Amino acid sequence: MSILIDEKSKVIVQGITGRDGAFHAKQMAEYGTLVVGGVTPGKGGDSVDGIPVFDSAHRALSETGADTSIIFVPAKFAKDAMCEAADAGIKLVIAISEGVPTLDVIEAVKFLDEKNVQLIGPNSPGIISPGKAKVGILPGNIFKQGPIGLISRSGTLTYEIVDRLTEGGFGQSTCLGIGGDPVVGLHYLELLDMFEADPETEAVVLVGEIGGDAEEKAADYIAKKISKPVVSFIVGRTAPPGKRMGHAGAIISSGSGTAEEKIAAFEAAGVPVAAEPAEIPVLLKQKLGM
Amino acid sequence: MKIHEYQAKEIFNKYGIPIPGTAVCSTVEEVLAAYGESPRTVAIKAQVHVGGRGKAGGVKLAKTREEALSAASKILGMEIKGLVVEKVLVDDAVKIESEFYIGFTNDRNTKSVMMMASAEGGVEIEEVAKNFPEKIIKLPIDPRFGLMDFQARDVAMKLFGDIKTTRRAATIFKKLYRCYVEMDSSLTEINPLVLTPDGELIAIDAKMNFDDNALFRHPEIEAMRETTADEAKEIDAKNKGLSYIKLDGEIGCMVNGAGLAMATMDMIKLYGGNPANFLDIGGSSNPQKVVDAMNILLSDDNVKVVMINIFGGITRCDDVARGLVEAMGKIDITVPVVARLSGTNSEEGIKILSECDLITAGSMSEAAKKAIALAG
Repeated sequence: MSILIDEKSKVIVQGITGRDGAFHAKQMAEYGTLVVGGVTPGKGGDSVDGIPVFDSAHRALSETGADTSIIFVPAKFAKDAMCEAADAGIKLVIAISEGVPTLDVIEAVKFLDEKNVQLIGPNSPGIISPGKAKVGILPGNIFKQGPIGLISRSGTLTYEIVDRLTEGGFGQSTCLGIGGDPVVGLHYLELLDMFEADPETEAVVLVGEIGGDAEEKAADYIAKKISKPVVSFIVGRTAPPGKRMGHAGAIISSGSGTAEEKIAAFEAAGVPVAAEPAEIPVLLKQKLGM
Repeated sequence: MKIHEYQAKEIFNKYGIPIPGTAVCSTVEEVLAAYGESPRTVAIKAQVHVGGRGKAGGVKLAKTREEALSAASKILGMEIKGLVVEKVLVDDAVKIESEFYIGFTNDRNTKSVMMMASAEGGVEIEEVAKNFPEKIIKLPIDPRFGLMDFQARDVAMKLFGDIKTTRRAATIFKKLYRCYVEMDSSLTEINPLVLTPDGELIAIDAKMNFDDNALFRHPEIEAMRETTADEAKEIDAKNKGLSYIKLDGEIGCMVNGAGLAMATMDMIKLYGGNPANFLDIGGSSNPQKVVDAMNILLSDDNVKVVMINIFGGITRCDDVARGLVEAMGKIDITVPVVARLSGTNSEEGIKILSECDLITAGSMSEAAKKAIALAG
């Protein structure tokens, strides 16, 4: 098992004829993901590395039976692409696009919610269930199948941590980046529930950062609802207030959203917080009694 | 992106949100011209992108021409939290019966635009939110319907009680919401919205922040940008595909990815050093980006050592290393550089780096320790 995606997920790539879309469509297929089609309006009938391109998500679905979509279209078209995928009948939308206006995301989230479509992102590096499928831009080679679930608000930092996990002997069930924007689709609570229910996952690593209070809410939720061990890591201890640290959502505003508050909340909930990435496998071993 | 109060008031005015008579001035002479000859009461208000200007002496009432002259001379040119006041507003003073807070923001938790309102206006709303959260009315808005009439009336009724003021206020709330959405704001506040003894409602302050991701569709807002020297550097970096924020330490950081960049800064602090900046160079191995990044770091005189931290994912470490070597050849580097490469093909990458003048490290913590030692 794993969460959200596996070897049976049938994936279409929206924006497949763009540079990033084409490159990652190939990378995902090479990893073993069932990439069944791509969408670029006006390019229907073409193919990218043998993957058929369709003019619309609706056509792609009726031809391929896809259930998952990954979005690489430019930020200004991302809302439309997310809603198009949902309208066509896609069940899980993963938006890689970076720089999508927040009000666009708010509208898309509402549209997708009504259709019971799950959204990851935008501004997400995607999701991987090692050894099964990858729907994202994550480097497949550093992952190893195993019992750790990982949720992160970041991209490269996730890879750094996965590298430490793999090196420390911990493979992963599913790893995903929820996206660095202030408003994103699936968040900690829903994903913690999925990992809690996933028989392959034995422990969860939660990688948070400054901005908002989702980590505090997650800490509270873990204390009440999650029986599996959780270990966390929070970045942005040295971030100045009022500045956006790369991610649109990583900002301490009006004195709230600081790393200190988040770390205190996790510690109060019995979730150990690593001081640096290399400490994460150490804490996992302690939590798992190894 | 932030704009000044006077700019927000210009936008409010376009949307028909009542504001006091107002003039923006850059010199004492302009303030006197705005004041006029006959005595009246005005508020002279510093225009700076920080909160707490009132406490810092940046807002003064003037009842005579002489007081206006004195207030303007004190405020223009003063420093508030490190920012020099270059403009002031000269606003008609408004008689205050009571003060209210009205705001809109994008709420992460409800994933919607959130309206906030409070009868505790005119004070720092963050303090109210912290100490008396029950005194703030919150209303998540459905993007499909916007702020509906009855919702606006309900909020207004809670604040004002009587139907006449409620109707007036509801109209203002709806205009403010339309302004918020049409401008792609990320925070719009009136604090305070004043009720006068005559029953009028006037926004005597105005604050608007904008979603940077949406500026592409608002050239008129981009044109309002007024920047400090540090911000100019950040914007210059952004135009080069880099994300840069200056801090006060001595270890310059160059990292791929925002999360890893924050983790690098934290790591430096953890081992007793101080990061000079946040700098995310993004995912590619493009040598030009490294050159641009290095130039930005070296333009900060505090920087005594540079720490490069790259995790090679799909962009392999050997490619990154070649990019670094090429970049190093193009610029005159006056400080030691510690580089750490990890991830895909890291061994080849480190080998390439060891052939040039870089100090290499195998892990983030090792790189941080070496950089701290070199920074003295």
